[in-house]
Amino acid sequence: MSDKTMTSDEAASRLESGMTLGIGGWGSRRKPMALVRALLRTEITDLTVVSYGGPDVGMLAAAGRIRKLIAAFATLDSIPLEPHFRAARERGAFELMEIDEAMFMWGLHAAANRLPFMPVRAGIGSDVMRVNPELRTITSPYADGETFVAMPALRLDAALVHVNRADRQGNGQYLGPDPYFDDLFCEAADTAYVSCERIVDTADLAKEAPPPSLLLKRHVVTGVIEAPGGAHFTSCVPDYARDEAFQKTYATTPWPEFAARFLSGDEQAYQSAVKEATCPE
Amino acid sequence: MSGVSRAEYCVIACAETWRDAGEILASPMGLIPSIGARLARHTFSPDLLLTDGEALLVTPDGTVEGWLPYRQHLTLVTGGRRHVMMGASQIDRYGNQNISCIGDWTKPKRQLLGVRGAPVNTLNNPTSYWIPKHSRRVFVEKADMVCGVGYDHALDARHHRIPRVVSDLGVFDFTTPDRSMRLASLHPEVTVDQVKEATAFAVTIPDDVPYTRDPTPAELHLIREVIDPRNTRIREVEA
Repeated sequence: MSDKTMTSDEAASRLESGMTLGIGGWGSRRKPMALVRALLRTEITDLTVVSYGGPDVGMLAAAGRIRKLIAAFATLDSIPLEPHFRAARERGAFELMEIDEAMFMWGLHAAANRLPFMPVRAGIGSDVMRVNPELRTITSPYADGETFVAMPALRLDAALVHVNRADRQGNGQYLGPDPYFDDLFCEAADTAYVSCERIVDTADLAKEAPPPSLLLKRHVVTGVIEAPGGAHFTSCVPDYARDEAFQKTYATTPWPEFAARFLSGDEQAYQSAVKEATCPE
Repeated sequence: MSGVSRAEYCVIACAETWRDAGEILASPMGLIPSIGARLARHTFSPDLLLTDGEALLVTPDGTVEGWLPYRQHLTLVTGGRRHVMMGASQIDRYGNQNISCIGDWTKPKRQLLGVRGAPVNTLNNPTSYWIPKHSRRVFVEKADMVCGVGYDHALDARHHRIPRVVSDLGVFDFTTPDRSMRLASLHPEVTVDQVKEATAFAVTIPDDVPYTRDPTPAELHLIREVIDPRNTRIREVEA
């Protein structure tokens, strides 16, 4: 079986400007931040980003890499409003397809099932229909006759997700309370890059947690990246909680200053800069 | 009843939202709705399901009784066995709610959260609202972006229902002929004029407006000693 391990920079080098990119996790929870940081080290831009948005969206927006965002929200959870997403929206920096959380999920389901759309009882009557004039409705052919939104498939060129454990072939495991939608992101994408806290032997996957924790199957995974602390500063329980102090630094530091201080080097430089900022000598 | 704070009346008003709700999920958003939902669970609605705010269903003492990750939560929403109480940056006379942005959507004056799950909530299960600071900035004539669907937009969507809006001034519902907002009760010491003053549209005022009911001594004990002993509720509603 093929060994899919690679570095985060190798994964980022396989992406291209103009791609539609799905980013896993939720808000400020188990985001593939090391992969986002690797993406920020490239010149890749003009992206359509599909995300239950958190600091992944904020950082890519602040760096001017987003042409279009498909999202239901962007939040830092403990800090309700994502400051860079907010600033980018207020200066009209990118196009937005603003949809409901359930519409988003069914859009991924449609893509994963190779269906053009899924009927969703959400969106009707709301301004989601006004701000997305391309959305169509569909009426049930059965006796109920109810009208639904025909949520189009959210097909992705690439997905980036972060999990707790994976083997070298791309079987991925989450150990926290919520899988979020990371399996759907991978199934909806042509290529999927999975970073993890630790690469383990396949035989060890089922030792740490029962089989339902085996969220990602290798047939939809292109690359596996070992990235300890790879979700930082978002949460990756049980390996670590959100770094609230650092998140606050992120949210309150002007972007050029934050980028210069934390994002001008490689991942190791980032982790060292974080350590230095958290426990100054 | 003397000595009952405004925050405690708000807790009672929120708790009443889940009275006789049966075996459904109570999804409170915000401090006072959370205290209210737990009070209802402790007293008159013992079959309610509650979450830990993330992926677990828990009993009042924190015992895990189930698993509800986001994907299953969305199924539960569509299944309808849930009553959510959301916040609102704006709410208008027909109950259209906005948490997305203020101003023109294409280039907002103030970007807020985004629509989140408000569209799916309002079309699938009862959705009430909690407004900790009743003002003309929140109670607007027309919401800038309809996230939570109001009665004039929902038309007769089969599962659409907005049972009530609770604010720091009173309780409101939509039991008028045109389904516009009506004052259902005032919290003690609040006047009708205060409500009119703080609302940008003409809210229907019945001839006799009752006061929000007093908490029972047992409920006060639960609020003060068991559910919220650190008095976090005054962070949302002072005094």
